[in-house]
Amino acid sequence: MAKDTNTSDFRYIGTRPARPDGLDKVTGRARYGADIAAANMLHAAVVRSPHAHARIVKIDTSKAEALDGVKAIVTRADFPTGLTGEDWDLQENTMAGERALYDGHAVAAIAATSPHIARDAVKLIEVEYEILPHVIDVDDAMAEGAPVIREGAANKTVPEGMHPNVVKYIEFGHGDVEDGFAKADLVMERHYKTEATHQGYIEPHACMGQLGADGKGEMWVCTQGHWYIRRMCAAVLGLDTAQLRVTASEIGGGFGGKTTIFMEPLALALSRKSGGRPVKLVMSRSEVLRATGPTASASMDVKIGMTKDGMLTAGVANFRMQGGAFPGSPVDMALYCAFAPYQVPALQHIGYDVLANRPKCAAYRAPGSPMGAFAVESLIDEMATELGLDPMEVRIKNSSKSGDKSSYGPKFGVIGLEETLAATKAHPNMSIPLGPNQGRGIAAGYWFNHGGETSVSVALSEDGTVQVSVGTPDIGGSRASMALMAAETLGIPYENVRVNIAETGSLGVNEPTHGSRATFASGKAMHGALTQAINEMCRRAAGKWKIDPEAVEWRDGAAVPAGPNAGQFPPMTIQEIARKMKNTGGPISGHHESVPDGVGDSFGAHVVDVEVDPETGHTKILRYLVVQDAGRAIHPSYVEGQYQGGAVQGIGWALNEEYVYDNMGRLQNPIFLDYRVPVASDLPMIDTVIVEVPNPGHPFGVRGVGETGITPPLPAIANAVAAATGVRIRHLPITPTKLLAAIKAK
Amino acid sequence: MVTVNLWSGLRRFTDGELAIQVEAQTIGDMLEALVGKYPGLGPIFDDGISVAIDGDVMPADMSKSISSENEIFLLQQMKGG
Repeated sequence: MAKDTNTSDFRYIGTRPARPDGLDKVTGRARYGADIAAANMLHAAVVRSPHAHARIVKIDTSKAEALDGVKAIVTRADFPTGLTGEDWDLQENTMAGERALYDGHAVAAIAATSPHIARDAVKLIEVEYEILPHVIDVDDAMAEGAPVIREGAANKTVPEGMHPNVVKYIEFGHGDVEDGFAKADLVMERHYKTEATHQGYIEPHACMGQLGADGKGEMWVCTQGHWYIRRMCAAVLGLDTAQLRVTASEIGGGFGGKTTIFMEPLALALSRKSGGRPVKLVMSRSEVLRATGPTASASMDVKIGMTKDGMLTAGVANFRMQGGAFPGSPVDMALYCAFAPYQVPALQHIGYDVLANRPKCAAYRAPGSPMGAFAVESLIDEMATELGLDPMEVRIKNSSKSGDKSSYGPKFGVIGLEETLAATKAHPNMSIPLGPNQGRGIAAGYWFNHGGETSVSVALSEDGTVQVSVGTPDIGGSRASMALMAAETLGIPYENVRVNIAETGSLGVNEPTHGSRATFASGKAMHGALTQAINEMCRRAAGKWKIDPEAVEWRDGAAVPAGPNAGQFPPMTIQEIARKMKNTGGPISGHHESVPDGVGDSFGAHVVDVEVDPETGHTKILRYLVVQDAGRAIHPSYVEGQYQGGAVQGIGWALNEEYVYDNMGRLQNPIFLDYRVPVASDLPMIDTVIVEVPNPGHPFGVRGVGETGITPPLPAIANAVAAATGVRIRHLPITPTKLLAAIKAK
Repeated sequence: MVTVNLWSGLRRFTDGELAIQVEAQTIGDMLEALVGKYPGLGPIFDDGISVAIDGDVMPADMSKSISSENEIFLLQQMKGG
């Protein structure tokens, strides 16, 4: 049911207390990646290729070395050899080897006593390049005769005879699609394209690394996952993983883009070469856009069959995505998600992961799902319009329900799409009258959510307050949600819980905060750790009362006898147990590690009203509604923030954002003036409705809410623009220039 | 005996079969048995896969128990943002 009408017996969960990091952030005390400093610290700068594809003939560092203040220079020659697979990809992307593979690819790095000297030294490094043919567009990269970016990069899924730039092939489906199309009253096939977009986090990548000749090191870094940073840096540099201790700073946004390494090993390599001095490396915005992972660009063909009453009969999706010069575009995820909201009797999915001379893509909020949704949801909308059907009713009557078989095979558990669509249909925004040049678009979206390796510890302090140590950096409010769940579990005030993001030396391996997993996975593991601590507190009370620990239970922040037969004892509060723990057996803590199962799938639906200026082609967002199943909203304000943030990023993807390359393959818009993300003045307040269909796989019903919100905006906006103008744009972004030309050509 | 559903792109490694029965008590047993039966699947599994047990998609936890009652799908490895 929708959150507004939900009632529960929870005392803390579902409330909106002040965020635990709030004061630090509004006062500027919060320490982000670039806010670290250490004695004898050096500053690094990176030499980057100005070419999209070039053989590195020679690197002359002699003039830079002679510059006063320069302490270390590293090139690929300073890295170990013999890496394979993903480790080689990471190393090659960190520092180019024989060839620069994209504009912005690192070819050397410098550490100096000041940032200015380091930047001056960059200009003194002479790199001789032999420029090679390049390719930027995904379809061009697959075409016969396209420049080969790397022979032998394809995995075994790729059938023989495909271009070497095709590195992965995926095919799956069910049913007889030809039979399905034969049963349809309308069959449409359309071609769609989306451009690469960057996560656009406000904080550039930043780190400080220190590495001694003994192979022991430390790193302070802005990241979504410091265990990943540790593992990847160790692999790239040939270190023993446990010898590197990594601490995550506060993080100014990640959205998937900070789940991997880009320049972090350079700081460590420079430190080692400078005799172990700490080295700080902070990217400029231009470096972020040129050399860190955006998402993939996509070229997609979709064919759908529909009966005249709106039932889907069959679908075929053929997606091609380039994820830069390395394998890893999210084409598989795009296909898994594309038809997931619907029950379609016959489906065929085909996908190609393709190399191009662009930066290595990284995860971006529900990787792949927005592109797939754009293609499928646009075509469903177009077909509904063609058949004179209500696009909302078409979605409702085809929607996936709990226990249904998903479009990618496995059956769904308990899901809330039906409830989400019902709440959307009932929302007042759906009945607001529209004026001239205005249109309303709707779309649904899906994301799996994720569990992942998780390790959490809790410990009781001497005064009865509780510290929680998690390994998932807090990007979107997870410290608040952890504290609320801990307070609920223990029966103590929210303010009595402190949640710390532990460094890698403190816990077992944790996957990053990705896959919408932090509140689900760390929350579930924390519940296990708290249960362990509660059991111990009950045991301490039982010892005092001289009764069986099984006869003690935990209620409202205290141990109490489980029933009249256990004896008559007053509640022993957590404060009382804590004060005495030194003399009752010592510290009380709990720990839990797992790869949690019970992940809850997530669905959302968006409704957007736009107005298009017929003279300029500019699209204005008039109102925007996000409806999404959270399972359980632990801190509703943060959940709403995730919904709004996803919608805004999707709006940017749909209307403004794209990587623009010149004919030499050089990125032409590597600053926020030219790569335009939506700003507050572009947007109305994003309305939200939290639907709660609890996930039975989590102690409090959490599904994870971070990613689904970026999936529906692309098609919802395209559908709204089509409704406003009669023009269907199938290649994002819908820029004023593109839309005006289409309106004039109508 | 468990039945494992593969994605259809793998049929060229399995003589066209997409629902394969193998003797297995755990996911580890299952993957080993699949590679034993169809060696071409080995490199695919080495690249990373996800396993869906009764709709719960997870990395391949080799020790997880499975039985003939489970619905099992192999999927390409999933990553989130």
